[in-house]
Amino acid sequence: MNSKVLVAPSPHVHGGDSIQKNMYGVVFAMLPALVFSFVYFGMGAIIVTLTAVASCYLFEFLISKYLLKKVPTLNDGSALITGILLAFNVPANLPIWIILIGALVAIGIGKMTFGGLGNNVFNPALVGRVFLLISFPVQMTSWPKPLGFNTAYLDAETGATPLAIIKEGLKKGEPLSQLMHDIPSNMDLFMGNMGGSMGEIAGVALLLGLLYMLFKKIISWHIPLTILGTVAIFSGILHMANPEAYAGPLFHILTGGLLLGAIFMATDYVTSPMSHKGMIIYGIGIGLLTVIIRVFGAYPEGVSFAILIMNAFVPLINVYVKPKRFGEKRK
Amino acid sequence: MLKTFSLGGIHPAGNKLSASSAIQVLPIPEIVSIPISQHIGAPATPVVKKNDEVKVGQLIAKSSGFVSANIHSSVSGTVFKVDDIMDSSGFRRTAIIIKVDGDEWLETIDRSETLVTEISASKEEIIAKIAEAGIVGLGGATFPAHVKLSVPPGKTAEVLIINAVECEPYLTSDHRVMLEKGDEVLVGTQILMKALGVNKAIIGIENNKPDAIAHLTKLAVNYQGIEICPLKTQYPQGGEKQLISATIKREIPSGALPIEVGAVVQNVGSAFAVYEAVQKNKPLFERIATITGKSLKNPSNWRFRIGTPVKDLIDAAGGLPEDTGKIIGGGPMMGKALTTVEVPLTKGSSGLLLLPREEALRKESKPCIRCGKCVSACPMGLEPFLLMVLADKKEYERLENNAVMDCMECGSCSFTCPANRPLLDYIRMGKGKVGQIMRSRK
Ligand code: SF4
Ligand code: SF4
Repeated sequence: MNSKVLVAPSPHVHGGDSIQKNMYGVVFAMLPALVFSFVYFGMGAIIVTLTAVASCYLFEFLISKYLLKKVPTLNDGSALITGILLAFNVPANLPIWIILIGALVAIGIGKMTFGGLGNNVFNPALVGRVFLLISFPVQMTSWPKPLGFNTAYLDAETGATPLAIIKEGLKKGEPLSQLMHDIPSNMDLFMGNMGGSMGEIAGVALLLGLLYMLFKKIISWHIPLTILGTVAIFSGILHMANPEAYAGPLFHILTGGLLLGAIFMATDYVTSPMSHKGMIIYGIGIGLLTVIIRVFGAYPEGVSFAILIMNAFVPLINVYVKPKRFGEKRK
Repeated sequence: MLKTFSLGGIHPAGNKLSASSAIQVLPIPEIVSIPISQHIGAPATPVVKKNDEVKVGQLIAKSSGFVSANIHSSVSGTVFKVDDIMDSSGFRRTAIIIKVDGDEWLETIDRSETLVTEISASKEEIIAKIAEAGIVGLGGATFPAHVKLSVPPGKTAEVLIINAVECEPYLTSDHRVMLEKGDEVLVGTQILMKALGVNKAIIGIENNKPDAIAHLTKLAVNYQGIEICPLKTQYPQGGEKQLISATIKREIPSGALPIEVGAVVQNVGSAFAVYEAVQKNKPLFERIATITGKSLKNPSNWRFRIGTPVKDLIDAAGGLPEDTGKIIGGGPMMGKALTTVEVPLTKGSSGLLLLPREEALRKESKPCIRCGKCVSACPMGLEPFLLMVLADKKEYERLENNAVMDCMECGSCSFTCPANRPLLDYIRMGKGKVGQIMRSRK
């Protein structure tokens, strides 16, 4: 008799999913947006991406090896995601030294202080982005114009984002219908022909990524669709109440970092809730906060803050919002 | 949209390698070892002793309580001894070992193949017959069938649900029974309906068996009150709670039995056994099982005498493949790994799966990435990642509050986890401990 047969409890087979498959699946889903950013911003986008990714890997390696004294696990793909997301969240003409600081904060403070992948509370790339936004407001908000592939990097021509144009204009008391003339058409917004962070501009590319991730079951629809739905409804109500003071739902969805945030940032496994009910609460929270910050807050854009604020509630949501149990006694 | 259950679920590869292989009859071995505990409940009490002559179908161990089952000889010959042997549980337990001589059946058994559709037995007679024949849940649960048919006072059965889902990958014995014994299954279903006093039965079949659905649907027009219900293929639809949710959209409350929502579930193989017991006077001493595996020469379905060694079944299908890494009694999701091929096949043996070594090896477990996929997969709406952590930390009170006892041990969580965490191993451990604590409280 073959003495080598294994005896272990059920289940005896595994579905074959792995951390790597999911992580590289996310990276694959980000490729369309990456390509669009290269096309629109040229050389700058490439330099920013390479710097962000390389420095995230480097810091993860150094911190786990020398500070945490653990064997660095770089092949899980999570540093790659953080790197690309960090690049996606900054202008394509950001100087290298600022990117390095952003990566150090993202990996060092956002991820490793909590004990590495699986333990962090906040989305690392967003921690990096918000830190940079507060520390280097000028560099972080001078957006190069999407001029098609060019070789300009630091000296690229800059322009404002649609959200900033509206915010500034409304402050000066100009009516929305007037301001809308300065905004690219919805089609241009959808195709990414506007000022903004590297990865947030091309709605079409981000949506392609979403479809891919849903199809591959890397994420479920709950978080992205709840965020987008909440933003659409909330901004729609405001718009109907006063069309001259509040922009409509489509504008809110297509501009700024909303699609990027809803699809790639808020869906980060580690920092989002585990149950579908929890995901929906989290998504509604992000949607509401985004619109509130955009419309009533000091910053023109609010997605990053909204996600970070809701990240902070995730541990609470996980404890108090239980999935629907089968056969639960109904009240 | 096809019906299915309400929460969670996974889609493992079907691997129904033996689906087109007709049921064959496994040769009677020279010696059989028939365990006295092949069911949930108290072990039966042996009523034969060394050197007794027995015939096929003769009672050799008597049910020892309400939740227990009779055991009959599957062969004719001489009792060699009553002794402890290693059975499929991996423990040494009592079995009746019989040396085979010929194949002489009790005269009372009708061995003809003629279909008897007329049900002459009364409700009480049927239940008594089923108990006498030692029929248990043949899907693998092995719960004595007559117990489920005895509806407790204050409750009423409204519908009988026949579990023909066979949601475990690889297994095909129920599928073959439906194709080859369709009429017998339907008569068996009507007998069970009569026993319960219901006029409606639903046979739930997953749509990965379109031929069985078509065949039974065609036959069912001749039988009153039987509805064939095709279901969307999804594991673990064969779980009682899931099957009831899928077929009649009712949710059994936590901790309750199907009768709470007016349903009684019986396996399709049991329906066939009921037919044989009531119409043919034949106790349960043989059944049908699948022997399968990707490296096996001849994945197939066999009718075998209970007590036949596992080894005989493997040999009949072409012998143990070189690369075998695990021998599983049952399916890959809920089956049990066997330590040796010398153990006997029993009433609960729905199949035998030989898993190649590289598939049997578990991958290294990584830290949880909090993806929530185990939560989405759990058909009971639990949080497997949390239950594992709590079991590991021995936080039994929190385990109980997080409904660990609702876990049906389907393995969907471990199957799904991208970090290869052994979720169910820990949850099972925690469940055992919480169960102990709950019992000691009473
Ligand atoms: S084994 Fe238990 S915890 Fe895991 S999915 Fe099945 S019911 Fe849920
Ligand atoms: S599936 Fe695995 S990795 Fe994902 S949350 Fe559950 S235990 Fe953690």
